[in-house]
Formats: sequence, C-alpha cells, structure tokens
Amino acid sequence: MTPWRITRRHALASALAFGVSVEFLGRQALADPSSQANKLVVIVCRGGQDGLSVSPPVGDPAYAALRKSIAIPGFGAPGGALKLDDTFGLHPALTHVHDLAMQGQARIAPAIATPDRERSHFEAQDVLENGAATPYASATGWLNRALTALGPQSGVKAIAVAATAPLILKGPTPVESWTPGGGPEPDHRLPGILQDLYAKDPLLGPALAEGLTTDAMARSASASVAREMAASETTDSMALGSASDAGDMTGANAAAAFARRGAPEARKIGLTLAALMSARGGPQVAAVSVENFDTHANQGAATGQLATRLTYLDALIEGLHEGLGQDWARTLVVSATEFGRTARVNGTGGTDHGTASTALVLGGALRRGGLIGDWPTLQASALFENRDTRPTLDMRSLFKGVLRDHLGVDRRALDTVVFPESASAPPLNGIVA
Amino acid sequence: MTAEVSKNKSLYAALAVTRLGLGAQPGEIAAVSADPQAWLMNQITAQGAAPYRPDMPTSAARFTQFAALRASRRMRAAEAAKAAGGVKSAPDPVTEIGALIRQDAGLDFLSRIEFAAATKSGFAERWALFWSNHFTVSALKPQAATLIGPFEQEAIRPHVFGRFEDMLVASTTHPAMLLYLDQAQSIGPNSRAATFFARRGGGSGVPRGLNENLAREILELHTVGVEAGYSQADVTEFARALTGWSLAGPNMPDREGQFLFRANAHEPGVRTLLGRRYAENGFFQAREVLHDLAANPHTAQHLATKIARHFVSDTPPESLVTQLRAAYLSTGGNLGEVARTLVLARETWDPEPAKFKTPYEFLVSSARLGGGFGVRPGRLGPTLAALGQRPFAAPSPKGWPDEASAWADGDALVKRMSWSEAFAARTYGAFATDARDPLTLADAALGPRLSPAAAQAISRAETRTEGLAILLMSPEFLRR
Repeated sequence: MTPWRITRRHALASALAFGVSVEFLGRQALADPSSQANKLVVIVCRGGQDGLSVSPPVGDPAYAALRKSIAIPGFGAPGGALKLDDTFGLHPALTHVHDLAMQGQARIAPAIATPDRERSHFEAQDVLENGAATPYASATGWLNRALTALGPQSGVKAIAVAATAPLILKGPTPVESWTPGGGPEPDHRLPGILQDLYAKDPLLGPALAEGLTTDAMARSASASVAREMAASETTDSMALGSASDAGDMTGANAAAAFARRGAPEARKIGLTLAALMSARGGPQVAAVSVENFDTHANQGAATGQLATRLTYLDALIEGLHEGLGQDWARTLVVSATEFGRTARVNGTGGTDHGTASTALVLGGALRRGGLIGDWPTLQASALFENRDTRPTLDMRSLFKGVLRDHLGVDRRALDTVVFPESASAPPLNGIVA
Repeated sequence: MTAEVSKNKSLYAALAVTRLGLGAQPGEIAAVSADPQAWLMNQITAQGAAPYRPDMPTSAARFTQFAALRASRRMRAAEAAKAAGGVKSAPDPVTEIGALIRQDAGLDFLSRIEFAAATKSGFAERWALFWSNHFTVSALKPQAATLIGPFEQEAIRPHVFGRFEDMLVASTTHPAMLLYLDQAQSIGPNSRAATFFARRGGGSGVPRGLNENLAREILELHTVGVEAGYSQADVTEFARALTGWSLAGPNMPDREGQFLFRANAHEPGVRTLLGRRYAENGFFQAREVLHDLAANPHTAQHLATKIARHFVSDTPPESLVTQLRAAYLSTGGNLGEVARTLVLARETWDPEPAKFKTPYEFLVSSARLGGGFGVRPGRLGPTLAALGQRPFAAPSPKGWPDEASAWADGDALVKRMSWSEAFAARTYGAFATDARDPLTLADAALGPRLSPAAAQAISRAETRTEGLAILLMSPEFLRR
C-alpha cells in the first residue's frame, strides 16, 4: 500500500525543473537500485522525557508514593496505564504504540541513559547525539558517522526532518533536510543562478543542492498525502508557521485542544516522511526531533502537558507506520531522550532533571520480546543519587546493536569511530528479528 | 584622500553597518564612511538601547490583565459546570487568552522588528538583541509570553551598556524570568510557608516546594557557564538561597505583578555555593550570590566568548576573547567598555564575512535595504516561523543558536529563496516607477563587500525582481 510512491522519472522531472543537476540526483538514484533496504528512524525527544510516565511501572510498589499527583493510574483505572506486563504499562496517550506492542512490534528500554551524568539539557543532548562519552567531544553526530562507516558504495542516505540538520546527523556524509512548507515555484531561473553563484561556497553550495532535491521529492510526496488526507478527514493547513501555537497552550484545557490540533499535523509529518523514505532513491535513515519535554511544573498525569506531547509523539509514529506500508517490515524506529527526570514529583507538580529514562524501540524488523535491559526498581536503595531512575543500560549499546544488526555497520567502526572509545558498551543483542 | 584610503574607509563602513549593525539602508554606508568607528562609538551611551515601543504597558499591567482573564475563565468554567447541559456559554476563554497573547506579544514583536528596520543605531540594536537572547524568556511558556516585551524594555535594554551585574539582577527579579523558569512558585522545604502547608495537609491541589530551574540556568547560561565546573549541590544551594524571590499576585492589588520577596517562603540557613558561605540574610543572600557570580572570572570568559562568537566568528580568535575578557574584569563588568573594546579590536574588522545571518537578521537587513518588509504585519510571524525562528519563541532558555550550522541548511535556504523572490517582487511592485537598478541597490547594501561574481550575476538578471532576489541570496548578503 504505497499510493504516494514517486517514481525516479517523476523525481528527476521535478528536480530538473528546479535546475538541480541531473548528475547529482542521478548518481544517488542509481546508487540505490531498490527500496528493499532496511530503514531506521531515530526520534530525539528533547527536554528530558519523563520515562516514568512514558512507560509507567505502575506495578512497582514504590511508584505511586514517589509520584503522588502525577502518577499514572493502574491498569484498568480511568486514565490508567496501557498494560505491557505485570509491572509496566504505557502512558494512556500512547495508544498506537500500545497497539504495536500487542503485535510484538514495540518494546521499551525502561532504564537507559547516555554516559552523561551532569543533568544539563545542552550537554546531555550533545552526548546523546555526538556519540562520545563527554559533551562537545565531537562536532559530528553518531548517525552521520555510521553512514560514513557504511561507505558511499552502500548508497544509504539520510534525511533530517528539520529546517536544519540536528547534531546527530551532522558530519562528513551529506544529509538532506526537510520541513513541511512551500518551496519555490518551479518555473524560476533563480535556483540555477544561485547554484552557479554558490559553486565555490563550501557551506551554501551543498546545502542548496540538497534543499532543492528534497523539496522536489517532498512536493510530489506531500501532494499524494494531501489527497489521501483530504479524502479521509478535514485538518488544518500544513504550513509550519501558520499556527501561533504559543497563544493557545494555556493550561490543561488548552493542552487538550492543542493535542487535537497538533496530532493530525504530527501524523501528516510521519506520513510524508514515510513517503520520502519509501520513494525510490529516497533516504533509508531519518532523524526527527520532538520538543518540549522539560516538565518542571504541572506536568500532569493521564492528561496535561506531558500527555499532550506524548499524543503528538504517538501520532508521529502512527503516521510513519501507516505511511511505510509494506516497508514497515524492514523498519526500526528508536525514540530516545537526553535524560529522564527525578523519581519524586517536585514541589511544583513537575519533575526535575534526572538520569535514566525510557527508550521506545518499534518496527516490523523488531524481534519480539520483553523489556530491553534490566529494571532496577524504584525502591529507595535503588535510586541513583537518591533521586533518579538508576541506569542499567548504556544508550550506546542499544544504538550499536541497531546499527550492527539492522544496517550492517562494522563492529570495529562502532567501537571506535561511530561511538569513540566505547568498547566497554558492547552492542546489544536480540533487537532485530 | 587617496583612492586607496577612500576605498578602505568604505570597506570599514560596510563592515560596521552590516557586521556590527543590522544591515545598510540606502546611503548609510556612504554616510558612515567618514568615520566608521566614531559611528559605532557614538551609539554606546549610558542610557542603553532605546525602547522600541515607548507606549508598551508595564509588566505589572500585563500580568494583572493576564491573571484576571485566567480567573474569569476559571469562574466561567465553574458556572458552566453548575449549569451542566444548559445553554451555550460565552466565547471560549482559552481562545480569548490565545488572542490576548497574539495581540499583545505580537504587537511588541512587530514594534521591535520594525524598529530594527528603521533605526539609525544598528549597532546598539544588535547589541541589545544579543543581550535579550542571552537572558532568553520564551513564549513557549504562555504565562511569560505577554511579559517578554516589557522584560526587554525594563530589565535588558536600559542596562546593555552599563554594569552586567545590574542587568543580571534586573533579569533575575523580573516577573517574566521568575515565571519562565518556575522561580515564582519555589518554596524552601523548611520555610514557614512549607510548614504551614504541611500542617494544613494536602488537598489544595498544587504541591509546593523547591524548584531549581532558575538557579541552574543562571549558573549554566547567564553567568559562569558549565566550564566553571559547579556541582549539583551548588545548583541546589543556589535554589535554596533564591527561595522567596517571587512576585505579588491578585491578593495584593497595589503590587500585583511586581517583584516580591516572600520571607515566608525563604529557606532559612547558611548556604555554601562555589566554595563560599552566604549567611542567612533574606533577600540579600541570593543578591550577594549574584554579585559574586557577576564578578567571577568564569563569567567574564563565558560572556567574552559569546560576544566574540556573535559579532565576529563562529570560531572567534582567542586574542579577541582575551581582550573582551580583560575589559570586563578590569572595569567591574562594564558592558559599555566591553563594547568599546570590541569596536577597537583589530580582529573585529577581518574583511572575510564569517557570520551567517539568522532568519530575523536576514529579514531585517532586507527590509532596511528595501525600505520596509512589504507585507501585512501579520505575515511576518509565520514567515519567521517557517524559516525556523518563531517570534519570541526560542526553543529553550539557551536562546537562539548563533552558529552557521544551525541555520544554513538546505530546507532553510530554499525557504529564504522563495521569500527573497516574493520580497523582490513586492519591493519593485510597490514602486512601479522605481528607477533603482538592482546593481545600485547591491552597492548600497554591501559597498566594497560585493563580489565580482555576485555583481555579474545581478547585472545579467532578466528582470529587476530577479536581480534583487539574487542580491539577497548572494553569499555576501546572507553573511555579515
């Protein structure tokens, strides 16, 4: 089921109209003769996502007392956790993730962390994305270096869903970027003139070429998605900047309204990204960011601020799942965050910067199974520095397992280049079916 | 004057106006070339940067209005619940609050960007924008959205050429910052207020206690920076010292929305922070911490690096950072002296442009050249959002990024290209008889910074509109 798959000829035609060199697109399209390759999507949840709400351990005896007003109710209660096993559930907003879990296509790593222990957003996001053990140790991202390790002959390409590539995808291998929104009209000479003018500019030349190619493909893809969506439901406009979201995000009531409006857009982004990835010559690897998880105050429980963001995340995953169609069987999606949050609710109905959190691993290529990594429990003696979920799994081990078994990245490159000096964090086995 | 000297003066003028200022208005480079450094120095004044919206309501007035609307929303919700199943109620208050934010914060933002497009003091304005970004308050927190404009005019702009410590204190005691970083509701666990709440028991709904958000960001972002190597314990100690720094609510009508030290919420006792002891002294305990942070050499290093990175290069020369740091430390953190040091430093005048304009800077410099934005004011916000810089809505307390890698990406470039074409069409459309040739505009915009390649491309354009779009998208106009 891929009604919006675009043909190579189609992509070439629209790229030509933009003045993109045939050589540029042709080389890439030929390098990947089929869309049979495995696909990987990394979702970076920024702000420090509260793992104890994403996959609440409602069966852990200490959970309710630590969490008080923000505890997710138990299985079966109103607004209760969606059951995974006797201990863990999923946040009630993650309905689509739960459906996948019931089919063995979603698992949780409930106590995972990067090597960073400083609890600073910027440092921790840096470590999550640069793949090193310390912040600012590398100006490139591990996902880009993994592509470089695969070598140009692999033909694997990547795309960032952002106006600009996030650190995780920065590096020597060129990466496309895309956000929903309009590009130039195809009958203008300007793109070609600018490509000439940027010929010797190492920053602007490659960036414009990528932008034009991606835009051409996205136009075709999103036109199909738009037709699909129009047939099924009415939603608001796709223009990224059309909604002044800040204005309506007032309190819990508005949160629900925002969730209703944000979710269709998130699903649409998922659908369009899926269409781009399914297209012949399209990228096999993608990185997406979901922001605003920094819930210091009034984070809510089954509803509220955090639930709103999780609704958005769930809709994004739903769009990917639906849009990838038969390619879903060859896809892994990993959703991770820079750190978790304090085990105890703080004085303002929120949680402060913590340590371990939950990662979600989903996809048709996932091996069926239970928890990924061990659960340290929340009993007082088990808490890290008497405040946070104790990490039992190194984030790098999960990523290394995925890269090795799903994309075929060489083990030595993983230990030294992709995740420098990380031999002590071996690739995790048993993730890929 | 020889031709050589005259050309140099013109180049320095172009650098002063485009790199340190916000871009050239037609004729500005020529006017400034008489003495580029004097043009910059004259903008450094003790009064700071001019207010961009002199008739803006105060933060207290804005807070009061916002709080009243929220209260009426709660009341109407209660009434609606009582009359359950009853008649349809008044307009949705959530939408009303959203409209209020869009209207008030929107007008503040428009005033600021239009001021930037019109001002003759582009350096002072860039310097002020830098400090607003340093002390970011973001509309991603709705309670803070209508307070951002007042915050900039009350706490930042008066101090941008004064003592850093004064700006730090003004920021930290301002309602916008207290709300944005959750300080207003932070309560010492052993304070009288906590004891009272504990005795009264739960039930009141919102739990109350210590919140360390503002303390952490002051250390990490506003002052010493992560390089200083402080610990989690330092953060917590600072948060305890800051308890009580809050603002007055609706129960104190004569002071509502103003800073208030709540002695009852203050955590009693001695605090130890970065190796120093601070005796119990109520409000003045944290005030003393701010004094020490402002004087800390790590703060000097952190600020000097950020200034050099913003004004000169993503990878600024170490020698420039050293001069700025020394100027800060030797003058007790006088930012006017730091600005003068920047103007006089040789490194500031490297002819090679090393900074890629942010979307805001790109739009402002285009408008300065074209004589206006040429769009309905309401379109500017969505345009900036599409380019990745939603008005007043920096993604985190760290503010907007300052490096080319954060902005010069494929998608962003394609969107700038579309915008440039539309802007050029509007600019020439508005002046149907405009005789200005795009090459003349290019000279006005860049002076000697215009490259032969761009000049040739512009001269070969098929239409004036295309020529202007090429100019705006030329590597030298995208950079400064």
